[in-house]
Amino acid sequence: MSEETIRRSELMWGAIAAFGVGIMAAVIVVSSFAMAIHPPSNVETIDPTTLNTNSEFAESNLGTRVNPDGSVTVRIVATQFEFLPRCIPVPKDRQVTFRVTSPDVIHGFLIAGSNANTMVVPGYVAQLRTVFSSAGDHLMPCHEFCGLGHSEMWALVKVLDGAEWKPDASGKASCELPR
Amino acid sequence: MPAERQAVNYRVKNLILAHIGVSFATLAAAAVLGAWQMTVRTGVNPPFATPETYFASVSAHGTIMGYVMPTLFTMGFGYFVAVTALDQPLPSMRLAWAGFWLAAVGIVAAIIPIVMGKATVLYTFYPPLTGSVFYYLGVLLVVVGSWFWVALMIWAMAHWKRNNPGRPVPLAMFGTVANAFLWLWTTGGVAVEIIFQLIPASLGWTQMIDVGLARTLFAWTLHPIVYFWLLPAYIAFYTIAPQAAGARLYSDLMGRLSFILLLLFSLPVGMHHLFMDPEHGTGFKFLQAMLTALVVLPTFLTVFTISASMEIAGRLRGGKGLFGWIAALPWDRPMVLATCLSFVLLGFGGFGGVVNMAYAMNAMIHNTSWVTAHFHLIFGGAVVIMYFAITYWIWPILLEREAADVRPLRLQLWLWFIGIVIMTFPWHVLGLLGQPRRIATFDYANPVIAQWQPWVFVSMFGGYLMLVSALLFVWNIATLYRARPVGDNRMHYAVAVYPPARVPNALNGFALWNWLLLFLMVVAYGYPLGQFFLMDVYPGLVHRVDIGS
Repeated sequence: MSEETIRRSELMWGAIAAFGVGIMAAVIVVSSFAMAIHPPSNVETIDPTTLNTNSEFAESNLGTRVNPDGSVTVRIVATQFEFLPRCIPVPKDRQVTFRVTSPDVIHGFLIAGSNANTMVVPGYVAQLRTVFSSAGDHLMPCHEFCGLGHSEMWALVKVLDGAEWKPDASGKASCELPR
Repeated sequence: MPAERQAVNYRVKNLILAHIGVSFATLAAAAVLGAWQMTVRTGVNPPFATPETYFASVSAHGTIMGYVMPTLFTMGFGYFVAVTALDQPLPSMRLAWAGFWLAAVGIVAAIIPIVMGKATVLYTFYPPLTGSVFYYLGVLLVVVGSWFWVALMIWAMAHWKRNNPGRPVPLAMFGTVANAFLWLWTTGGVAVEIIFQLIPASLGWTQMIDVGLARTLFAWTLHPIVYFWLLPAYIAFYTIAPQAAGARLYSDLMGRLSFILLLLFSLPVGMHHLFMDPEHGTGFKFLQAMLTALVVLPTFLTVFTISASMEIAGRLRGGKGLFGWIAALPWDRPMVLATCLSFVLLGFGGFGGVVNMAYAMNAMIHNTSWVTAHFHLIFGGAVVIMYFAITYWIWPILLEREAADVRPLRLQLWLWFIGIVIMTFPWHVLGLLGQPRRIATFDYANPVIAQWQPWVFVSMFGGYLMLVSALLFVWNIATLYRARPVGDNRMHYAVAVYPPARVPNALNGFALWNWLLLFLMVVAYGYPLGQFFLMDVYPGLVHRVDIGS
């Protein structure tokens, strides 16, 4: 085995490794640019100390709402140690926009069995859009340690299909937790 | 080549034993906590299980395994390499011991408030949750102590180069100094966060804290710290494992290149921990995702070079055919066994990591048990198993004694390997099912969560295997003190098949690479950090967990 053989084998392997990394990078480039798949990244600030007087995140405005154009927006406040509201109805096969913020510490937002996932950082509104393609219940745990009551911080997302999806006249929809 | 066989003299024996001894003493304690935490998560309600004790335990486990155990191990191993590979005394024993005692005081200062329930902020201590000031001071002291080590490593290499002009720095030391620079860059983020944000908040001097800035500074540290943990394992792959297998290193140059690439690409990538964060836009998240992909390269190169070195060893021992050399390797030697097990874990862990760093797929698993599985596999598995093997290699040299029987050593490595696989594979599944990490107890009365429970039990079993393995490791080291003296304290590093007589300056030092790294860091973090001073951000109200707010 000459030094030249070693060098050549290394160059070949380096090329193979670079090719592998290139493919990985290409997949990410295509999925983000061509398919517009991005992580939730709207840099939108909000004063966490005055949330209760903020018109968007006032308690009466939280929850699921059908907008005039037919799209659906869910506004949630994550606070030690509960989500407001704790039961969230959403329609099946329609785009749903979640807007979440926190008045106190960092929380996490995850709808189990879906790709809806974001950090909830005080001072910012986390926003993400998703479509639920099948009806059913999803757990929605807080996924970042937020204090000693963190383990108890869960909500429920109910994906409802046509007949069950009944927003009221003002466009608001709500549900009750079982038990 | 005299540099390959050097005696451990220069009065560093106790310094090295102190560092590595403290490292593994804390590992054993943290392993007990880990096993107990997993028991709590199964829902069987073991003794002392309350949210207070659970999250204090998670804080202690993470602080030890993240900041204490690997730092002390890396420092001790670095001192060992500096004197054996360079064959010269440390530039200053006084500074080395000062660093050790700073770190030791820091460990005690950080652990006491955790035990008292005054620093239940987990090892990531994301504000606005803020704990006792002594916790932050303790972590900071460990970091400052390790900076003494950084200075000594850089100083030792510079001193050697002055006395050996034109000669290549021995690869083991080159890797160690790469890690010293890497660590200096790494700790910059968290040190700034602790000094300027967390300590003022925990003393009550400030009531508001910029949460986005703190998270970004922490992310700066949180990724490369993993590579700081990893580099001692890589140094052993290149400079000890081929020697243990009875062969030579396939290529010295590839080792140097890998260490340089690891230094460059482990740093400007930490924002992949913030993909799901609302305080950053898509641009820099995407840029750092791309840079993260590049950090895969040095690992690919390492796997090739070490496998090729092992193939040489296997063929020298009579192995034939495409795979016959694998069977011919000396599997009875702990270093060879550990290297192979580490590669297997690196493969699985790397796969999980690629999913984490994938800009879009991350949403599926962010902050679920998948993430916990990933870093336990890579760090707890691939890296710590090499810490064990390195210790089995150097501790007998330091004591000048030899274990009479290596079977308990091999058993310990196998138990650790099997334990980590049984523990982390179910966590991957649970993560995909949506189980969040960092939760003490689950409502198993809920039918969806009840489906998770069997997996949680299986993983707990793996955790207990690891605990048994950790205790067996301590036993193996303890019995070494009564083993047969051999009167041989020479350290043998692997020699390359073609040892380089000279290497280009760029591959023999770090000046160029530090400048390049500065450029990369400015590009990757300049705006993401600067934006908090450019836009109107609303800081969060500090939540003191030590006094209640």
